Amino acid sequence: MAIDATGEAEAAEGMPQLDFSTWPNQIFWLLVTLVVIYFVLSRIALPRIAAVLADRKSTITNDLAAAEELKLRAVEAEKAYNDALASARTEAAKIVAAAKAEIQKDLDAASAKADAEISAKAAESEKTIAAIRDGAAAAVAEVARDTAAELVAALGSTVDAKTVTAAVSARLKG
Amino acid sequence: MEGDIAEMGKFIGAGLATMGLGGAGIGVGHIAGNFLSGALRNPSAAPGQMANLFVGIAFAEALGIFSFLIALLLMFAV
Amino acid sequence: MATNGEEAAGGLKIEPMEQFTVKPLFGDGPIEWYTPTNVTLWMAIAVLALVGLLVLSTRRRAIVPSRGQSVAELFYGFIHKMVEDVAGHEGLKFFPYVMTLFMFIFLSNILGLIPFSFTNTTQIAVTATLALLVFFTVTIVGFIRKGPGFLAMFWVSSAPLALRPILAMIEIISYFVRPLSHSVRLSGNMMAGHAVIKVFAGFAGAMGVASVVPIAAIVAIHGLEVLVASVQAYVFTILTCVYLRDAVGDAHH
Repeated sequence: MAIDATGEAEAAEGMPQLDFSTWPNQIFWLLVTLVVIYFVLSRIALPRIAAVLADRKSTITNDLAAAEELKLRAVEAEKAYNDALASARTEAAKIVAAAKAEIQKDLDAASAKADAEISAKAAESEKTIAAIRDGAAAAVAEVARDTAAELVAALGSTVDAKTVTAAVSARLKG
Repeated sequence: MEGDIAEMGKFIGAGLATMGLGGAGIGVGHIAGNFLSGALRNPSAAPGQMANLFVGIAFAEALGIFSFLIALLLMFAV
Repeated sequence: MATNGEEAAGGLKIEPMEQFTVKPLFGDGPIEWYTPTNVTLWMAIAVLALVGLLVLSTRRRAIVPSRGQSVAELFYGFIHKMVEDVAGHEGLKFFPYVMTLFMFIFLSNILGLIPFSFTNTTQIAVTATLALLVFFTVTIVGFIRKGPGFLAMFWVSSAPLALRPILAMIEIISYFVRPLSHSVRLSGNMMAGHAVIKVFAGFAGAMGVASVVPIAAIVAIHGLEVLVASVQAYVFTILTCVYLRDAVGDAHH
């Protein structure tokens, strides 16, 4: 171990740690280092990290609250949607009913008109039929009277027209 | 080997002093082994006792380090 | 006096302790208290790494963190939870202090694993200063917050009366041994790992083709050292929290 013996390092050759001549130097630089580290930590690093950690904690809390709120809002939106859906349904049902009623009314009106027309036509036809029948009956009476008068004349007796008419009418009625 | 009895005594003493390290080894092994058996019995409580484990090991080991230091002092400083 | 070390190693030039030497950064002069040394350099690198890790990575203050910011937040959350769990809610006032210790030790340990680097935490001067800082902080804060009641810590009221003075002696001794074990645990662990790697590297230099075996061993030990580096930083910090609980926590401990 005497290779690099340089005189003043004599004491350091065994255990350099026990070379007390270097102790003031080491202790001085150690204290300087510790003070520097202490100030770096307590002034810059630790407050910054603490702030970051607190920040993160509050961010997480806020985000959780926001998520809760969003969830609530989603539930609300779903409810609103369901409400809207239900109201739309009732509205649609109403519209359908109204349309149905409208159509029914039109239908009723149309059928009433048709009925009226039909009955009017029927009445007219009846009247015509009645007229025709009356005409036919009168014609029959005429023919009968004429025929009766002719017959009587052919038989050789004279009767006045009045008697013939009366007789024929009586016969036709009976 | 020029009959330097003092020199010989130093080395013998240093060698004897290192035997203290065996004691430290026994102590550290005892602590770690007991911790392990306890941790296997109750694994949920083990993480909370890590600090005590290390402190115990440190105390046990310090005594071994003392004997190591004495060996070093005998070898290099006496 | 230590020249026989290499003779005993049979001509192998294994100097496991040489890597811990404090050297001036410029020139070859004596080391005054202000001389920039390799200690200074690696502490400065640790500070730069810390700035990069915790300040630059978080400069965007993103709600959705980037990779670097996630790491920074991981460190923050880890230490914050440790202080709160172990030292209690009152202990959170010391959170920047504990964080300082943790980040310094962790970065020094990890940076020390880079080949040819210098590990600050192998220096007993450094770890002793750290441990004494914790010791004096705990003692002063304890007396300020609890007054003479802080001494009740040594008087184990749950023990039988006859045993209490003996227990008080033991408690007081263990209280004053705390900075010693606190510092030696850290530096000893780090020193042991680095020295072992150096010894294996010495073997590798002397073994020719067969040196793949020590090189494989170095790789494995290096992996273990990564674990040790993190665990020792964790242990130093959690013990600081345990001691702080004595000073600020409830009295039942």
